[in-house]
Amino acid sequence: MPGFHHPFVRHLHYVAKKNWSACVDLAPIVAVIAFFQLFIVRQPLPDFDEIVIGAMLVVVGLSMFIEGLERALFPIGENMAFALSRKGSLPWLLIFSFALGFSTTVAEPALIAVSAEAADIAMEGGLIENSVNSRKAYSLGLRLTVAFSVGFSILLGVLRILRNWPLHYLIIGGYCLVMLMTLFAPKEIIGIAYDAGGVTTSTITVPLVTALGVGLATIIRGRNPLTDGFGMIAFASLLPMLFVMGYGLIVF
Amino acid sequence: MPWIIAFGKDFLLTCRDILPIVLLFGFFQLLVLKQRIPNLTSILVGTAYVIIGLTLFLLGLEKALFPLGKIMAGQLAAPGFLQRGAEAVNLTDWTNYGWMYCFAALIGFSTTIAEPSLIAIAFKARDVSGGSINPWGLRVTVALGVALGISLGTFRIVTGTPLHLYILAGYVIVMIQTCFAPKAIMAIAYDSGGVTTSTVTVPIVAALGLGLATAVPGRNPAIDGFGLIAFASLFPIITVLGYGQYARWSLTRAQKKQQGATS
Repeated sequence: MPGFHHPFVRHLHYVAKKNWSACVDLAPIVAVIAFFQLFIVRQPLPDFDEIVIGAMLVVVGLSMFIEGLERALFPIGENMAFALSRKGSLPWLLIFSFALGFSTTVAEPALIAVSAEAADIAMEGGLIENSVNSRKAYSLGLRLTVAFSVGFSILLGVLRILRNWPLHYLIIGGYCLVMLMTLFAPKEIIGIAYDAGGVTTSTITVPLVTALGVGLATIIRGRNPLTDGFGMIAFASLLPMLFVMGYGLIVF
Repeated sequence: MPWIIAFGKDFLLTCRDILPIVLLFGFFQLLVLKQRIPNLTSILVGTAYVIIGLTLFLLGLEKALFPLGKIMAGQLAAPGFLQRGAEAVNLTDWTNYGWMYCFAALIGFSTTIAEPSLIAIAFKARDVSGGSINPWGLRVTVALGVALGISLGTFRIVTGTPLHLYILAGYVIVMIQTCFAPKAIMAIAYDSGGVTTSTVTVPIVAALGLGLATAVPGRNPAIDGFGLIAFASLFPIITVLGYGQYARWSLTRAQKKQQGATS
């Protein structure tokens, strides 16, 4: 098949492969929903054509997004994490850690989606003013709060590796703080605050943060990549809960 | 036409969202590390892909994933569906929502087992542990944790019990497990909670919770609708710590058997 080696055909094959991997991400959801629609609910999906178009946009968008991350952000981000670890400049390493956590979280698709939904629910529930501006302000405020908390989490995670602090003490201490904050936070924010921990660590954040942690633990003598390199994502899941509950205390 | 306007708006917002990462990498590469940006063309093309891809994804999210979650919750909690083959059904009785718990568990398990971030973490864990951590075992354990978490989360919405009681009880379990779990598994267990909630899963699960809180009588979406993602993040920690404890127990058991056989 000489035609298969043509650059255009090769590129087409590559694009198809990328879209296929995005389809694999969506396939479990489609399979479960199809099973329930056909055998359990036995009802047609309303606006089916719109949902199909939306699903196709998700597949194409996700494959392009991940392709872009693999081409641009991951290589430069991982190289930078290793370069800064080797450079040995603590202030720059800490600034980079915070900025990495903040900037990757601001662009996190799951957080964008959930904060917009949270703003809608808050508006419908009469918790915030019924206007486009207040909805946008609430959504952006929530995102920036979470992004700031993740930045702080990564900074704390880097300090933990450098100072060799035991992870479980910090995590359990954090859980105790969450329990304490829950007593004072408005009940309307508790659900969103608890969810914020899971939403922050997704497509962009996980690979870059893991690379930074494992890279640091590999370079520093006396650190074990298994016990010291992991754990940063745990901070990035924990601190947003505290910060969002604090945000709730201010907003409501 | 509305699609084009929506795309344009989302595109501009995405450019704004991506800008901090671009500025961060540019600043550190050029001014701190004082190095030229390698493969600049590839990086510019990649950044364009990220912006267009994220815009399309967010557009698809509004059109497909959020509505799907809400539709499924509405259908599985609809009085017509719950009353099939029955005279009258108490819509606040948790025992009537069996299919909802089943759906939540299946969504949780199936999406997690195929989650790319989890696959990456599992292989990284195998590499740094010298092969003692089985990637497939870790993935199944995490997926079971998510399935259990999301189905328990839907149960909480149906019953209307306070979210913090479940989450705080979960934290207490994690604290107790931490005292007994092997040190090698600890960091991975804590990380696994954050890894499970992917870009595709989060909108579906969030919409499922909000849809269910809207459909069940007496529930307030603002208070009861959120929290499913928290369950999906917490329970994998419990199951992975349990997996670590089980792995250590089975290893010591095998060693004892071996010692018994040699003596």
